[in-house]
Amino acid sequence: MQTENPDSEQTRVMTLEAFADTIVPGRKRSPDDRAIAGVSTDGGAVASGALALLEDPASGFAAALAPLSEALNSHAASYAESHGLPLTPGTPPFVALSYDHRTALLSDLLKPGHPEQEMWVGLALFSNMAFDSAAHIGVHEALAAGHPGLLAIGIARPDDDGLWRFPEHSYGRPLAPLHPETVPSGSPA
Amino acid sequence: MSNTASTDVVIIGSGFGGAIPAYHLAAGGAKVVVLERGPWLSAEEFDHDFKLGSSYTRIFDFTVGDGMSLLGGNCVGGGSVVYFATMPRAPRFVFERRGSIGQRMWPAAITRDSLDPWYDRATEALPVTKQSWENIPYAGGLFAAACAHAGRTANPVPSAVDVDMCTNCNWMMAGCRFDAKRSLLLNYLPAALAHGAEVRPLHEVQHLSRTDDGGYRVHYRNVDAEDYRILHDSGTIDAKIVIVAAGAGATPVILQRSEPTLGAMPPAVGRYFSSNGERLNTAVFDEDRVREVLGLSRPGGKAYAANQIGRGPTVASWDRLDGNLPEFERYSLEQLYFPPGLGTILAQVPDATGPSWFGLEKKEMMRRWQSWLTIFTMSEDDNEGVFGPPPTTGNADRISQQMLGRGPLRYRPTPNTLRGWAASDADVKDILERDGLARVTPWTNDVVGAYTVHPLSSCRIGDNPETSALDDRHELRQHPGIFVTDGSAVPGALTVNPALTIAALAERAMPGIIRAAQERGVRVTYGGSLPEGSSGTVPATAVS
Repeated sequence: MQTENPDSEQTRVMTLEAFADTIVPGRKRSPDDRAIAGVSTDGGAVASGALALLEDPASGFAAALAPLSEALNSHAASYAESHGLPLTPGTPPFVALSYDHRTALLSDLLKPGHPEQEMWVGLALFSNMAFDSAAHIGVHEALAAGHPGLLAIGIARPDDDGLWRFPEHSYGRPLAPLHPETVPSGSPA
Repeated sequence: MSNTASTDVVIIGSGFGGAIPAYHLAAGGAKVVVLERGPWLSAEEFDHDFKLGSSYTRIFDFTVGDGMSLLGGNCVGGGSVVYFATMPRAPRFVFERRGSIGQRMWPAAITRDSLDPWYDRATEALPVTKQSWENIPYAGGLFAAACAHAGRTANPVPSAVDVDMCTNCNWMMAGCRFDAKRSLLLNYLPAALAHGAEVRPLHEVQHLSRTDDGGYRVHYRNVDAEDYRILHDSGTIDAKIVIVAAGAGATPVILQRSEPTLGAMPPAVGRYFSSNGERLNTAVFDEDRVREVLGLSRPGGKAYAANQIGRGPTVASWDRLDGNLPEFERYSLEQLYFPPGLGTILAQVPDATGPSWFGLEKKEMMRRWQSWLTIFTMSEDDNEGVFGPPPTTGNADRISQQMLGRGPLRYRPTPNTLRGWAASDADVKDILERDGLARVTPWTNDVVGAYTVHPLSSCRIGDNPETSALDDRHELRQHPGIFVTDGSAVPGALTVNPALTIAALAERAMPGIIRAAQERGVRVTYGGSLPEGSSGTVPATAVS
């Protein structure tokens, strides 16, 4: 487990951020940012609001976050020991791992057959949703705020009333021969 | 507590299997109460948003099982409100399937020919219309062009979308803001209400018991309007006839939970579940190759980059819907849109050097999201799903306030199912990777197991009491007066989108259900009408 005693809330937040950053990696917020590994050039799940989404009572994960954070650090400490990796005093074990080692550990936890797979998949699912759906604040607020995930996937902007319409939507011409046994209703025979 | 302690007919669920009986029974004079566990929303409440608490999470359910996850509607109108309204008829060979048991799966009374008049009725009532290339969204056009390039055919698929009203916003899973999608909120349900049917949202039926007069008592709990994990008061309604149409993920659960009060269920209740053999592949297109190889371009110069634009699946390739091919090797391939979140997490990185569905390479793949094209396989699975013991309430232990829960379904794909998936994966790759058009990978089944948006067959019709829970009139064996008319009644995978077949089967079941109601003293007749607004070209005599 942890080698020092950082504030437990800080440990929880850093650990979950490091988890989310392993699912959708991002850019460090500052040079001394430890939770984000910094392997990507722009915002990932953390900058997209993964923690806010996980902590939203509507997600159903809020109560499990502290125990999951502890469990992840326990797994990380075992992983570090078995791989002969040094832990950093004062840093949660999972956060102390490099991005590649975080990835290797999560690949194991997220694998079919792992007894805790379902919980880790849940965390991964919501980390991803924060990035490409902004489910904690909504698409419109997220777009207005320059949400990094929605920008990254290149989602189109809605009309002024907040609704999407695509008047230009079709190549407008036949592009394949029809199946020869199509019946008059347009269905297969 | 309910203000109607008894009625003629209680219908559990308001999707196709519930709304169609509600209309015909109410129009025929019966007192009908529809209990729907989800909320009742209309067009102006359908949000263009993924936010927790928006219509997207209020009306849509994602139920994780052991090896199979189910996606479906959870609202008045059921699946019709959240689905993509793609409405082909099932091909002729489907009705002759024998499955790995080696017996005809469908009742002898049902063939494509005998079901066609009922398909006609549902087609007219919704209505379903043929689609033309002139209106096919870019994604469908791209798939069609790639099929043609590979020497294949591709068809615009009949649809229950009014394309003149459609904005191609692709928010169909959150409900149609523009009422372009002809959901049951626009035809059967209002017609049922006009004839006096009562629809009660946020009423989740838990189990059934018997009454002293040979009828049934329906036991429900009120569901909190915001947090579906919270159940409020309980209540009961007595009825002479009960129609269970809670969806293939919930109907067997309600019946299983009723065993202590009703007695043993037929062995096929909660067995023979089919995922409709569903499987997804995601292609990431090279925009330059789309222009060079397929000659496609959009106004403004883009070749494709239009994953977001459209109305779900619009084009399908039916080259493998060939009755001469061996069973389990027949499938359709359909272009599909799946929104972010659920539609990205399972897509895998082609040639990943690290994890295939998360991490840095996945993020890079997501930057090209607008150049994605998702291809949907609907194949012949082996009816291998089995429901375990029911959860305490509902059909799932709810995790999130809305949408996400864990259900009792277990599914282990057999070699037959896996063979069909492998063949379709290879086919999709062959079509879309030609001449460097795209890179294609199937969605991973390692995260939430396999998945289906078309759960079927968990309480199916048939002629063999050992392998079918319902007779060919949809009556539950050993429990007269209980009928099942939803997707769970469909005997097996259809190789195409099943909604029109579910609707046709519900239409077909109505004369028999109404006769059963009459025999139980309900003053009701079968008029054979269709909801007002239907064109009336299909006379009642055609189906009597």
